[in-house]
Amino acid sequence: MLKNTTSEYGLVAIVLHWLVALVVVGLFALGLWMTELEYYDAWYERGPDLHKSIGILLFVTVALRLAWRWSNPMPRPEPTHAAWERRLARIAHAGLYILLFTTILAGYLISTADGHPIQVFGLFAVPATLSGFDNQEDIAGEIHEVLAFALIGLAVLHTLAALKHHFIDRDRTLTRMLGR
Amino acid sequence: MRTLTHAIAFAAALSLPTLAPAADYVIDTAKTHAFIQFRIQHLGYSWLYGRFNKFEGTFSYDEKNPAANKVEVSIDTASVDTNHAERDKHLRSDDFLDVEKFPQAHFVGTKFEDKGDGKAVLSGALTLHGVTKPVVIAVERIGQGDDPWGGYRTGFFGTTTLKLADFNITRDLGPAAQELELMLSVEGIRQQ
Repeated sequence: MLKNTTSEYGLVAIVLHWLVALVVVGLFALGLWMTELEYYDAWYERGPDLHKSIGILLFVTVALRLAWRWSNPMPRPEPTHAAWERRLARIAHAGLYILLFTTILAGYLISTADGHPIQVFGLFAVPATLSGFDNQEDIAGEIHEVLAFALIGLAVLHTLAALKHHFIDRDRTLTRMLGR
Repeated sequence: MRTLTHAIAFAAALSLPTLAPAADYVIDTAKTHAFIQFRIQHLGYSWLYGRFNKFEGTFSYDEKNPAANKVEVSIDTASVDTNHAERDKHLRSDDFLDVEKFPQAHFVGTKFEDKGDGKAVLSGALTLHGVTKPVVIAVERIGQGDDPWGGYRTGFFGTTTLKLADFNITRDLGPAAQELELMLSVEGIRQQ
């Protein structure tokens, strides 16, 4: 089933969830690695180009995922979940979406600070909009880094919560997102 | 009373033409008739140009008494601009200029040797990236005279070459990019 029901996630939601998870971890690692490369390293240009291209596509993907989420029924929380667990989960999920968008936005503001567009795999270009602020690339750079670490931190908590439900509470929270 | 006689003596001394001091100039950064530019080879295949957008300085210049000539310039290192945001961000980081730790570069020129025909050699000390080194700048006086707005201006062009490693900037940009050429275009407005 492609669409969600009130008790199960559909295939689209499941695939988008794991795709975004994989790409976020990949981009985080790539970002840490590429900023440490030597000038003559073959990846010195390729790394940032890849990071920016994938980042733009991730933004589009997360936007589509949110649109899908809002146009589908939301599977109800497992009945065994306590009220505080439901509230924390809601806050964490909202936080993940907000951090996804803002991290990418801050990254976009680094690369477009001098008015140059961002090339996405050489297929199309995303033009600069806000540019030319004093030290924009430095400020956006620090914000991008802080938000990326916050995103990974929250994703780790999200993962630990899923594992807690699976191994301690022994409920279907994690298996639901695996489509089983 | 003593103060008054001193003041009169001082005023008299000022009016003596033989005691006229070297003219003091403020570098015209307010209206941007001064540029601190640099160029460095990229991979050995081309020249990459950049500049520092914020700096200020003064100089004293007297053709008849070049020994008294001097220059002082302070540069805001964070104002580095190579027309590429990501590169500028990298240049400001601790891989290069480390502008958080060293927000200012400073040049003091103390020895001015007139070589005639408007040419001169200016020796001084440059503090960059926390390291102070002697530098020698080849100077050419471009021109001087009244400006159309009631002021008096003198302008120079100077060049020098810096070895990045001398200033403890050790990030490797390749064998052709060990040195950087500084190109200084300076116009001063004489102060009354």
